[in-house]
Amino acid sequence: MTKKIMIVGVGGQGTLLASRILGNTVINEGYDVKVSEVHGMSQRGGSVVTYVKYGDEVYSPIIDKGEADIILAFEMLEAYRAMPFLKKGGKLIVNTQEIDPMPVITGAMDYPENIADKLKEKLDVTLVDALSLAEKAGNFKAVNVVLIGVMAKSTDIAYEKWIETIKTTVPPKFLDINLEAFNLGYNL
Amino acid sequence: MKKLMLGNAAVAQGAYEAGVRVVASYPGTPSTEITENIVKYDEIYAEWSPNEKVAAEVAIGASIGGARAMSCMKHVGLNVMADPVFTVSYTGVNGGLVFCVADDPGMHSSQNEQDSRHYAKASKIAMLEPANSQECKEYTRLAFDLSEEFDTPVFIRLSTRISHSQSLVEIGERADVELKEYEKNVGKYVMMPANAVKRHVVVEDRIKKLTEFAETSSFNTVEMNDTKIGIITSGISYMYAKEALGDNASYLKLGMVYPLPEKLIRDFAEKVDKVYVIEELDPILEDHCKALGIEVIGKDIFTLLGEYTPTMIKSAILGSKAPESCELTETIPARPPVLCPGCPHRGVFYVLKKLGLVVSGDIGCYTLGAIPPLASVDTTICMGASVSAALGMAKARGTEFNKKLVSVIGDSTFMHSGITGLIDIVYNKGNNTVIILDNSITGMTGHQDNPTTGYTIRGEETKQVNLLTLCKAVGIEHVTVADPFDIKNFEKIVKEETNREEPSVIIAQRPCALLKTVNYKGHCTVTENCKKCKMCMKLGCPAISENADGSIKIDLTQCNGCGLCMNVCPFDAIKKED
Repeated sequence: MTKKIMIVGVGGQGTLLASRILGNTVINEGYDVKVSEVHGMSQRGGSVVTYVKYGDEVYSPIIDKGEADIILAFEMLEAYRAMPFLKKGGKLIVNTQEIDPMPVITGAMDYPENIADKLKEKLDVTLVDALSLAEKAGNFKAVNVVLIGVMAKSTDIAYEKWIETIKTTVPPKFLDINLEAFNLGYNL
Repeated sequence: MKKLMLGNAAVAQGAYEAGVRVVASYPGTPSTEITENIVKYDEIYAEWSPNEKVAAEVAIGASIGGARAMSCMKHVGLNVMADPVFTVSYTGVNGGLVFCVADDPGMHSSQNEQDSRHYAKASKIAMLEPANSQECKEYTRLAFDLSEEFDTPVFIRLSTRISHSQSLVEIGERADVELKEYEKNVGKYVMMPANAVKRHVVVEDRIKKLTEFAETSSFNTVEMNDTKIGIITSGISYMYAKEALGDNASYLKLGMVYPLPEKLIRDFAEKVDKVYVIEELDPILEDHCKALGIEVIGKDIFTLLGEYTPTMIKSAILGSKAPESCELTETIPARPPVLCPGCPHRGVFYVLKKLGLVVSGDIGCYTLGAIPPLASVDTTICMGASVSAALGMAKARGTEFNKKLVSVIGDSTFMHSGITGLIDIVYNKGNNTVIILDNSITGMTGHQDNPTTGYTIRGEETKQVNLLTLCKAVGIEHVTVADPFDIKNFEKIVKEETNREEPSVIIAQRPCALLKTVNYKGHCTVTENCKKCKMCMKLGCPAISENADGSIKIDLTQCNGCGLCMNVCPFDAIKKED
């Protein structure tokens, strides 16, 4: 059975690193894996979506509506946008941070109200203030690793395996902060 | 050893294993990471060329010189290099020669959705299409052998989902491939009419031989399962079809998409009840089947637009419903890409919008100057068009219109193909004003060096093309260098230069905020002096937004302290904090 995880956020939030930590952890478990990334123009502060799929043999690198086992959302509005991709009974992990998109900044549209309530009404949602936890770990940019920590807890991959990948994926000078960030998320 | 690799990185690995010696490219999403990964191998000469035509010619020269060589580009880059490509098809190669072209179905980062497979047929050059990272590596490696065996350049066709997906790759060793002898061969390499006439015969003969090769080649594979449904497909579409239909269909996967086999397709079609052709974008495989008189279903049920998905294929062929999903019941704001906080282009567009100018735009991050609230770009066509199209506009509409018209073009794009347009302005007595957005890097594709940065692809220091001297040398007498964050001065200069009845260039100089060498300190905050006039919001900075009560907030996680908002605030209500 192929496991399908979607990581959504705003360009610049570090979703790419999160997907690489996830991808490298699952190959060490012996799975076939595909990670589909977004580069180029869409990365410039726009909505970014990364798919990670693993199992015995993975064909398509993308995830369709109603298919994701887990959605890891780095921002509230992006969680809401990705909602239709979650499968029935899937798990939505959301960073409570809100970042206004340009149509809201220009006043053309409003940021939707009470997204958390709307999500909770229909889905299995875990809300995380990952920004505060990242700051607590020493750098607000570690939001991505906090969220990976939260997600790691709901997979069947051992804690040590995650730590191993983080050690090989993250630049040495940020390692301590990232390990702390992962632990804060994992032990939530 | 198996490694999780991006399709693009796997292409680089394949070229490395094939003993490639020279790789020349111009960056372009989704192809850029191929050449970036080539740099990891010290044995290979790599360069960022000024444009794709130059890159292709460098690779062609290296091949004639006896080395295995490669050039990589995005689909629209192939248009730029089409001229040498069509003729190197006639000359053939000495060392193996491979062109990697990455299409962008769905236009994640492109101005059109062209299908580069047309080029293979038009230029009569063999084309391979891998379906995952392992095939990216293997096909690239084998493409060099194929190139030398058939004396032809070979295309590798990628698409965004292949280039930018990571999957597992078995890593191999680099082959020891000797530099071939260089021998003068005028009949083969001097393409003047008398010689080219003879070479055309060779090309047609080669295509016949390659077609025979395609009948039995291991690039094309048949997978027989249930025979009620037969699928003819290639590349990423194979993966989508396989996920959608699994063992409930049989597959003819074409790893070589030009030239296409005949017997192989006929045999497959005979073994199955119904044949579907699944291919993103244009009906190339489908038209081939139909020309052979084989009954297939393709674009009748599959779109010509964008990317496919397994769900789409399931629903089109099996009529099955999409999985249950929790749909949104309200319209939510889109999140289009925006210029980054601290982007030097923001100052330029703020001024151009304020002055209400017509802006002839170009390809790069600054295309985003078209999006509100800056909303100042009027046109974007292709690399370099900002300069030449503005000349055309001015010639069509006259002097007064020209005083309200500017071109904007990045430093790398100017080197790519803006300079020729500028020469046209000088030569044909245009009075245009061209603004070169010199941010010291090729930005959009993720920071590649170019002839104006003073560094090579390997980060070695080199001669730096001086934009000011260059513009003067072609005959522009009024060249001004200005900081786009000094809003008042920049506005004054733009007014002066557009009103001048002579051609002029403004070099807007400030480095990309994402460069490691740029280190804005602290961040900006709004003080009690704020009169809620919202001047700062006209900058379209993603860090600045409005609270429910109309007051302004600056998001500290996004602000990098560039201070541009301080320069436009009329009440001195924004200050810098550590």
